[in-house]
Order: sequence, then structure tokens, then C-alpha cells
Amino acid sequence: MTDTASSLPGAFDAGGIEELSPHVRSYWQLVGFRLRHDPVTLFFGAIILIVILCAIFAPWVAPMDPTQTNMIDRLKPIGYKDYLLGTDELGRDMLSRLIWGARSSLLMGLLPVVFALAIGGALGVVAGYMGGKVNMVIMRVMDVFYAFPSILLAVAISGAMGGGMLNGLLSLTIVFIPPLCRIAETATTQVRGLDFVEAARASGGGTGSIITTHILGNVLAPVFVYASGMVSVSILLASGLSFLGLGVAPPTPDWGLMLSTLRQAIYINPVVCALPGVAILITSLSFNMVSDGLRQAMDVKL
Amino acid sequence: MTEKTETLVADVRDLEVRFVSRESTTNAVNGVSFQVKQGEVLSIIGESGSGKSVSMRALMRLLPSQAKISGKVAVNGRDVLSMSGKELIRMRGKEVSMIFQEPMTALDPVYTIGDQIAETVMRHEDVSKEVALKRALELLEFVRVPSAERRLKAYPFELSGGLRQRAMIAMALSCRPSLLLADEPTTALDATVQIQVLILLRKLQAEMGMGVIFVTHDLGVAAQIADKVAVMYAGRIVEMGPVRDLLRNPLHPYTQGMLASTVHGQDRNSDIQAIPGSPPDMRREIPGCAFAPRCPHATALCRSTQPGETAPSAGRIVRCHLVSGEMAEAQAPAIA
Amino acid sequence: MKSKAKKPDTAHNMEIVPEGDPRDRGGPRQPMFMVRGLKKHFPVRGGALNRTVAQVLAVDGVDFQVIKGETLGIVGESGCGKSTLARLLMHLIDRTEGELIFDGEEVGVRNGLAMRDFRKAAQMVFQDSYSSLNPRLPVEDSIAYGPRVHGMSKKKAKELARELLGKVGLRPEVFGPRYPHELSGGQKQRVNIARALAMSPRLVILDEAVSALDKSVEAQVLNLLRHLKRHFNLTYVFISHDLNVVQYISDRVLVMYLGEVVEIGPVDEIYAAPKHPYTRALLKSRLSMDPDERMDEAPITGDPPNPINPPSGCRFHTRCQYAETICKSLAPKLPKDTLPEDHVTSCHMYDPAAGHTLAGKVPPAFEAPVPVPAARVAAKV
Repeated sequence: MTDTASSLPGAFDAGGIEELSPHVRSYWQLVGFRLRHDPVTLFFGAIILIVILCAIFAPWVAPMDPTQTNMIDRLKPIGYKDYLLGTDELGRDMLSRLIWGARSSLLMGLLPVVFALAIGGALGVVAGYMGGKVNMVIMRVMDVFYAFPSILLAVAISGAMGGGMLNGLLSLTIVFIPPLCRIAETATTQVRGLDFVEAARASGGGTGSIITTHILGNVLAPVFVYASGMVSVSILLASGLSFLGLGVAPPTPDWGLMLSTLRQAIYINPVVCALPGVAILITSLSFNMVSDGLRQAMDVKL
Repeated sequence: MTEKTETLVADVRDLEVRFVSRESTTNAVNGVSFQVKQGEVLSIIGESGSGKSVSMRALMRLLPSQAKISGKVAVNGRDVLSMSGKELIRMRGKEVSMIFQEPMTALDPVYTIGDQIAETVMRHEDVSKEVALKRALELLEFVRVPSAERRLKAYPFELSGGLRQRAMIAMALSCRPSLLLADEPTTALDATVQIQVLILLRKLQAEMGMGVIFVTHDLGVAAQIADKVAVMYAGRIVEMGPVRDLLRNPLHPYTQGMLASTVHGQDRNSDIQAIPGSPPDMRREIPGCAFAPRCPHATALCRSTQPGETAPSAGRIVRCHLVSGEMAEAQAPAIA
Repeated sequence: MKSKAKKPDTAHNMEIVPEGDPRDRGGPRQPMFMVRGLKKHFPVRGGALNRTVAQVLAVDGVDFQVIKGETLGIVGESGCGKSTLARLLMHLIDRTEGELIFDGEEVGVRNGLAMRDFRKAAQMVFQDSYSSLNPRLPVEDSIAYGPRVHGMSKKKAKELARELLGKVGLRPEVFGPRYPHELSGGQKQRVNIARALAMSPRLVILDEAVSALDKSVEAQVLNLLRHLKRHFNLTYVFISHDLNVVQYISDRVLVMYLGEVVEIGPVDEIYAAPKHPYTRALLKSRLSMDPDERMDEAPITGDPPNPINPPSGCRFHTRCQYAETICKSLAPKLPKDTLPEDHVTSCHMYDPAAGHTLAGKVPPAFEAPVPVPAARVAAKV
């Protein structure tokens, strides 16, 4: 390994003994490596995967029809006949309803964050890069929305628009745009001050080119971590909206809605009534732990 | 024999420090030994990755928890590695003090410097705040801070770099330590301020009779302030000796290369004699001498076997096959 | 245009390019850069309404020229404004006042040089820190960015990047796809140099380009810069606080203090017989490698003052042992109508008409040249 760069014509011979470690590892590969070796994150990631698979393959995984009522077998306990997790107040199989309910919860949990990431992230990057008046306008508008507690805002917007899943999605997206915008703006402002961005400007790079090539890749990490944490909040808020009747309409299975309808039955069969809450807890917690693990993995001291 | 050990302010033998993380293990220090007497200034010279800062911080056990330390480290005759947390806290600041490269990060930004110096004094000596503040004022004058009374009430950000460094020195000396550790304290300073701080440190050291370990990458700094110099490369001391001796007659090829490549009035129409290549990656195990890939005199022996310490003359230590080979040759005729 | 035969630079495989650059618009006599009355003030905002309460006079009236083909060294301590000056020259920040003429033309105005073309002609190498290269891009992409922005195809830009990696002494196939965190400080700095060269510039501004490197690597990079200058026919502006490095690499030196030029001239004259008291103090502060030449007294006391509220008159008068009343009230200026090769200073002692008691007479202490600190004490290699 001693052939030197000077074997090329017109090359500077620095003694040619430049050695490097054998692997080429980009930042994302390093993150991936750390994640793969983090048992806690892997465990909770597996749980999320199970929930997602339940949601996608619900028709094949659920043992029974979630909307099939049975007035005789109402509020039966866990393990009663074929009902593995008991039945709800209309005699429907809890397990099947929980599995089908994953769809609604995941949808209401993930979609708003994805949209808010796209919109809020874009606004934040623009505000951070342009600075000055543009920054002031965008961030002050965000501050107005920030002033409201998130659940209040979600309920207010959703209620004003008449409830339903679509309006719920919209209101949650609006709730999550300001924090994601703020994170993106902070990260962009930090990156913008770094030398390599100045060098890119000195090479004649235009705004668009600099943002796509230099800013986005470096801003993505903190924004993504924050967004993944938001998913757990989103699941909780969405369940809250459904609980209040502002989310999906019955008989669609939805964990938040299930909690609401099972409320009165809590004295009769408390365990079964708590099950949707447990589902919400597990899912939300898993996203939270994975988000934490992501944050740790991304904190690579390069 | 015991008398000699009593005057040793710092006694380090076969120090090894390893950093273990998920991705890799870094052998930062691989068997380092040195002693510092009372009133002596040892300068540890090395580049990034040489292990100089880590070696020094081991004396106070000021290393992160993932560092695994082994060997013998004694300060004033007491074993540092086996000290309990309480004993360590008592020792730090009182017997051993440290000054750092970046005074802005070493000083707490929300307290005035008067308060910070007083806090150190109050922690180690049972005195009231008034007495401690009076001591702080004395110390600021001791380190030649102009308008010391006004500066007592100043916050770190209100002071210039040189003044902050002096404030940090005052803080470090507040309890009259017997050993002062300095981690590149002048690297971030302008040239005119650097020389002032170096002269000040030498004067203070002479007045207080402290032992000082001064880590730097600049040979000029070592020449200005040291009595003894240790050159580190890849976690080992490759050469050590009295400063005049070592700088006038460097034996190890790395030391020679360092002196030759330091920019100092060379003819601008020819190349500076640079050491080729770069310092090794400390995460990899290196068979043989770590400097061999960059050494103009390297042989197969150098690449396969780690050279041991030899003592070509009193107080001099060199780790080099070439030097030990020459010594052996010089001795051989005498035997024959 | 005469052309010299290509002399192979045998030690480093880089042939020296003949003189006579086709991109040269102004001709050999035209300075590469002409700076007149350059000022940059940064507002300090405070108070409830965020008004401007003070100004940081980062650069406050600077005049000099950069001759084609030279290396101009700029030295000064913190607060002197040299980094701000670099960014002003590169048109990365706007000036408050003054003229910046590049090869006879003003940049970014009608009938002048287009900013786009200026960006190709003048490039900058930053101090090596973790922030000088995009950590998410392989280094060859960082190098190729500039040419691609100016329209080069992806494939050609990558080839150019690899060729330049070779020119700076890094094996292209090995180093091209690597990320900055896998490289050492010296290697990263070479990548920075290659990035600057990707635009085929005529002028390269080096802002503390070797300051953060280990000493053994610093020497390598300085050698590389020397050879690249001859190979690519470059002009350098080398900014540093390290006096020894500036002495080695520069043809002329400019000394800055608190936003002003205090002395300028050929390097050997400045180092052997500095005129301005500040330059003298700066040179005397250099450390010797001979332990027997230790200093017991610092050449100057105190820290460089704050550029927000500079002293009146001559900004150095608060620390100068020769300061008199005239120094407190009247700010000295560099003499006008001098040639670039002249060694001039802005100090009342050198202006016979100024009213300083020593005006026109060299102070007795200056009779002895500034002692040169001993270089390597031994010469055993």
C-alpha cells in the first residue's frame, strides 16, 4: 500500500503514506450501525412493527368481524369462549376491534406528522436561511399558534369544522406545524453559519442549490428526531379527539372511541374496558422510546 | 530511598488508558511513566492523538467514565487511582489544580470571577465569604490583573482572553497546590498575550515552588518554560530529558523531525523538511514502533517490535531501535 | 508574451506553468486587488427597541494593493479585523464604505465584473475546523460542487475533483468517496485547498489555513501551497497570526491593528527592521527554541483592546512607550503615493511634519535590529 499519488502525472508527493480506516461509513451508515446494536430501541421498534403489521393485515389477522355484535355475550371477560380478550358493550370481539383499531390510530398518528414535517419543515428552512423580515413574519405567525395548548387547539379546530376523520387529520397537522417549523428554523440557522455554507456561497452557489445540497442533509437529523417524538403525541391527541367524538364515527373501530363507549361499563368489567387504553399506551410509548433511541444514535461525534 | 519519593510531587508508572465505546476501543495511553519533583516544570509535547492531555488528566482522574485506567499514579506519595470520590474532591483544587485551554468554557458564565475564586477558597479552607473574597483580591493582584478590585465584580464575558486566563490561574492557585496541571493554556492566546502569561506562570511557579506539568504542541513554549521535556507519540513517551539537552541534541527521529519541520526562518525558496504522513489512528493496534511508517530510518525490526526504553545518558530516555542499536555498538568495543 | 519552457518540478511532479495567463484582463501592471478606504462597521443592537447603540469598527479605513503573482501576508491579533477583511475581499459581506477593485474592475456593478465571474476568479480556504466541509457529502462531491453550480456536467466535475485530489497529494480512488469525519486535519485541509482550486481561480485567500493543524502537518501543507502556487500561477493572500509561517510564505507583509493598517512592506525588511512599535513588540513576542534565550519581560503589556470603542487618535497609543500628546489627538495615516515595494508605516515618529519629538529620527532603541529568536538549536537529521 505504498504506491503514492505521485504515480499520477502532475500530483503532489506528500510522502504518500496516507492511511485510512478500511470502512467507508457515511453519517447515516453510522447511525444505522448504532441503532442495530441498541437492544432497547430494537425491542420497541419490533412492537411498532407488530402494530403496523396488524393494521395492514387486519382482515387476515383479526379472528372475528369487528363489527359483528352479539347482545348475549356482552362485556365478557378475557378468555371467555373464543373471545381472546373479551367483548365490548355490544358483544363485539375486543381483540379484533383492537387489531382493526390500529389502522385508525396509526393513520391519525403518522399522517399529520408527515404532513406537518413537509410543510413546517419547508417553512422553517426558508425562514432560517433567509433570515431578516421573512424569518420574522414566518416565526411570529407560528408563535400565534404556539400560544395555544395543543389539545385545546386540536379540539377547537376539529370541533369548529364539524369533527370526522378528515377534519381531525387537518387539525392535528395544523397543531404540529409550528413546533416542527421552529426546530427546522433553529437547525437551519445553525448550519447556515458554518464555514462550508460560506464556501458554497463563495463558489457561486445559489439559494436553491445551497439549501438542497448543503442545508437539508444536515438539518434532517434533529428535525426527524423531533418528528418521531411527535408521533407518540399525535397518537394520544388523535385518541383524545376520538374520545370526544370528534374523530372517526362508530362503528369504525378506534381505540379512543372505544375508550369513550366503554366508559360506563367500567364497573362491570374494568379489565376489558382498559384494554384500548393499554393499546394506546403501548403504541405511543414505543414511538417515544424509538425516538429517544434515534436521538442517541444520531448524536454521533464525528 | 523514601526521602526521594517524598519530594516527588507526581509519580506515574506504566499508565495505560483505554476508551471503550460501542464502535471501537481507543488505546489513548500505552504505558507512560514520568516523575515530577517539587519545583520542577515538566512539559509534555505531542500532537493530536498523542495522549498527552489524557495522561495529564489521569493525575486528577478527570476522565470520562468510559475510560479504563491502569498503572500507578501517585500525587504527593498517595495513590490517586484507589482514592474514593470524597478524597478526590478534597485533593482537586487543594493539592492539584488545573488550568485549561479555553478560559471561557472553564469559567462559569453566570458568576463573577470574584465569586468563583472565593468559592474554591471556601471549599478547601474553612473561612467566611469576606475572607475568601479578600483572598480573591490578593490573588488577582498576584497574577497582575490591573484594576483588580473592579475586576472582582466582573463576569467572564466582560474580560478579554488574557485576563480570563489570568483569572483562571488565580483560581487554580487559590489554595496553594503543590502540583499545577496546565492543558495548553496559551494555545488560544495571541502572541503578545501568550508571552505575558508564560512569563507570569514561570514567576509564580518559582515563587510558590510548585511542580508543574505543562501540555503543549509548541516546542517554543516548552523552551520558554520547561525544565524537563517529554515527547509523546501515539500514547507513549518516545523521548524525555532535560530541556536544553533534548532541544540541542534530539535523539529520537520524531523529535528531530518535529524540530526540523517547525517553521522558523527557513529559506522560502525551498521546502520545509516535513515529516511525511499523519499521526496514526489510535483505534487500531499498531505492531512495532508507531512512528515506523513515517520514519526515514525504519527497519523491519522497527515495524515488528515495539522498542523499549533506553537511557543513553543521565536523565534521558529514548524509545528507538536505532538509538539503542547505536548505543549497543558504542558499548560493544568496550566489552571486546 | 514570453513563455518560459516548462521546468519539471522533480521533487513533486508538478511542472511550472509559463507566465502569461489568458484570463488576465488588466495586464501585468494592474494590481490584482486595489483596496481604498475600506470600512466595515457592524452595528451593536441593544435596548428594548433593538436600536443600534454602538458600532464595531471591524475594518476602519484600509488601503493596500495585492500585486499579481505575489503572496501577501496579513498578520494581526484578535480584534484586528483580518478575518473581516478576508470576507470583504471575497465579497461575502457588504462593505460599509470604500473601493474594492479586482484586476481593474469593480465587482457586481454594471460595466464591471459580474459576480459570477468573480466567484470563479477568487476563492478562499478556511481554517480547518469540523465546519469547513459538509459532513454529509463525500469529499469529491464537496469539491465538485463549485464547478457543477457553474454548469459543468456531473461526470466531468467528478473527474476534475479526482484530478485535484491527486494534485494535493491524496489518492483519488481512496479519498474521493470518503466523508470528512474519516479524514485527519491535514487531509481535510488539502480537500479544502482542492475545493478552492476547482474553480481555477487566480487569487486564493487563505484565512488561518494552517493554524489548526499539527506542526508536522502544517509543514506539509505549506510545501503543498508553495508548489500549487507555481503550478497554477496563483496569487495568495495569506492571513495568519503565526509570524513564523507568514515570514516563510510571504513576499510582502501587512500588519493590522484594531481595524487599521499600521505597517506594510517587503517581508525581509519588515522582519529585520520593523518600524511601527506594535510590529516590533509583535516580533519580539516570538518564542525562541533555545531555552537559554528565555524572556523575563514581556515586550508589551495588556491585551488588544476592543474594536467597539477604540482609543482616540492613534489606536496604539495606550500601549506604546513612545506615545505623546500628538498621538492621543491625531490619528496617523499611511503615506500616500507610495509604491507597493515600499516599506511604510502609519506612525507619527516617521512623519517629520507630525509634531512628535522623535519625528524623522529613529528612536535609539530601534538602532538595534529586533533579535531573531533561535531556530532549531541542533542540526542533526
